[in-house]
Amino acid sequence: MLSIKRRSVGDWIADVIIYVLLTALALLMVIPFVYVIAASFAPEHEIITRSLFIIPKEFTLDAYKRIFDPNDYGLRVLKSLGISVFITGVGTAIDLFFSTTMAYGVSRRHLKGRNIIMNCVLFTMIFSGGMIPTFLIVKSLGMYDTYWALLLPGAINAYNMIIIRNFFAELPDGLDEAAQIDGCTDIGIFIKIALPLSMPMLATFGLFYAVGHWNDYFNALLYLGDSSKYPFQLILRNIVMLSNDTQVDPNVLMPQETLKMAIIVIGTVPILIVYPFLQKHFAAGVMVGAIKG
Amino acid sequence: MAKVEKVQKVKLTPQEKAVNRHKSWVQMKNDKWLYLLLLPGVLYFIIFKFAPMWGVLMAFMNYYAGVSFFQAQWVGLDNFISFFKDSSFLQLFRNTLIISGMNLVFYFPLPIILALLLNEIKVQWYKKTVQTLIYVPHFVSMVVIASISFMLLKVPSMEGYTGGAIYEIIRKLTGKNVNVLGSPGAFYWVILIQNMWKESGWGTIIFLAALAGVDVEQYEAAIVDGANRWQQMLYITLPAISSTIVTMFILRMGSVLNTGFEQLILMQNDLNRSTSETFDTFVYNRGRVDGDYGYTTAVGLFKSVISIICVQTANWAAKKTGQSGLF
Repeated sequence: MLSIKRRSVGDWIADVIIYVLLTALALLMVIPFVYVIAASFAPEHEIITRSLFIIPKEFTLDAYKRIFDPNDYGLRVLKSLGISVFITGVGTAIDLFFSTTMAYGVSRRHLKGRNIIMNCVLFTMIFSGGMIPTFLIVKSLGMYDTYWALLLPGAINAYNMIIIRNFFAELPDGLDEAAQIDGCTDIGIFIKIALPLSMPMLATFGLFYAVGHWNDYFNALLYLGDSSKYPFQLILRNIVMLSNDTQVDPNVLMPQETLKMAIIVIGTVPILIVYPFLQKHFAAGVMVGAIKG
Repeated sequence: MAKVEKVQKVKLTPQEKAVNRHKSWVQMKNDKWLYLLLLPGVLYFIIFKFAPMWGVLMAFMNYYAGVSFFQAQWVGLDNFISFFKDSSFLQLFRNTLIISGMNLVFYFPLPIILALLLNEIKVQWYKKTVQTLIYVPHFVSMVVIASISFMLLKVPSMEGYTGGAIYEIIRKLTGKNVNVLGSPGAFYWVILIQNMWKESGWGTIIFLAALAGVDVEQYEAAIVDGANRWQQMLYITLPAISSTIVTMFILRMGSVLNTGFEQLILMQNDLNRSTSETFDTFVYNRGRVDGDYGYTTAVGLFKSVISIICVQTANWAAKKTGQSGLF
């Protein structure tokens, strides 16, 4: 079969073009990250004279020392990191709880009213009250300027909930019939059978929810008034994009531009750590459903 | 979708109806634990999704921060009328359409092209590596993307210092010192390129998934028939993903007024406001920051309604052209 496949000159040229193009694009997409990492380890005098480099001439940790120095940026940065870790952990747990319980409920075909509920959920996907009415509801619930506002208003992503529902719906019916005969309630079946059978799926959505919480800055901007409560992403934005302190003494260069680079690195590293796990899961095609709805 | 055959309705006697009602009541009682499981999610949707829809009534009220909701006066369509008369209305509309339009023209084809290129790669480790690299920016936060753009585009902070890498490249190519971050004309392009950087790699996933379903025999048959690679792509690969392309296109048309709004808020500053203000950023700035609740709710409602019309129209058009559509 393959013997007839003779490669022509055109084929070779096409291959070369494709490989060159893809390699260039892939590099183009990651070079900014590589540059930021390199620059975060470079001394300040290098970064203000060289505009782009992949390997710093000198290696220093000055920027990181300044970020974590309690007398300097340390307290602000560490506190916001702690807040982000807390929001990510608790938020992911809340998201999974709300999404799986509801998804399991609507996945039971015989349940009366499930179609009404699903139609309501679908309706929220095409129409929403908008930012200001949602903001006022959150405020009137007393959540303004509290972490509840970062945890609850986004607890269920309708797309994700529907995919989880489809997953539960495909669990074999015989399982819960057997459990029911053994005297298990629906909640017991959910906890003892449905959840353990869907661990990989839970891990996938857990990771995606967690990344969402770690990366979120807008809810904090919307719902937090007190800047001492800001999570890391907002602190990152404030330090990199809003502060424009100039060097006081040009002869003694304090890490400033490198400090900005270093703080960008700190915001990115957790994502890079979970990235291999993420990649393992989205290959499974779960996300394809998510994009399509 | 095939029409579901209608179950023939039989007239029931009152007794039978009562029996049925009783049966369904027993059924619901049996399912009490399931309803308990549903409760948190249902409450969530009522409180955070449906209650704000009721709040849309504010669009017809003269309501702003500092006034109690119950004291606010009904003003009918005044908010809408003053918005349409407002000079910023056309500006918001123009910016929103330009940003979406540029995304549609320049960004939309990119994941398709990337997927087609990746599909030609037969060396698996190379393909995997490229995929691994181009998916990364999707997972990185918008704040990081904006911060990196900021560092790459910044003007030198002092005489003799270097600017960001892209600033320097523009300077070398054109000989001009361009403050991209503060220039209204460049704003659209900054947003577009950030979008391409962040999402074009991830966007390939859905097309690659569609391509994975193509039968290898089709290619083999085409080779036997003497089709070259270009023809194989044109007659096998592209048709295989055409329905996915249409679906994605519908989704994009439906969200034509949703400009990546977290991104815009990050990149917006006083210098580029004339091109960076869209419906979403306007609602945030005038509503959340300035407290003009009623007016901005009206703006948001206007946007939502137009959006629904866009989705429905795109869906209808897709069905007309023989595609399955979304719903």
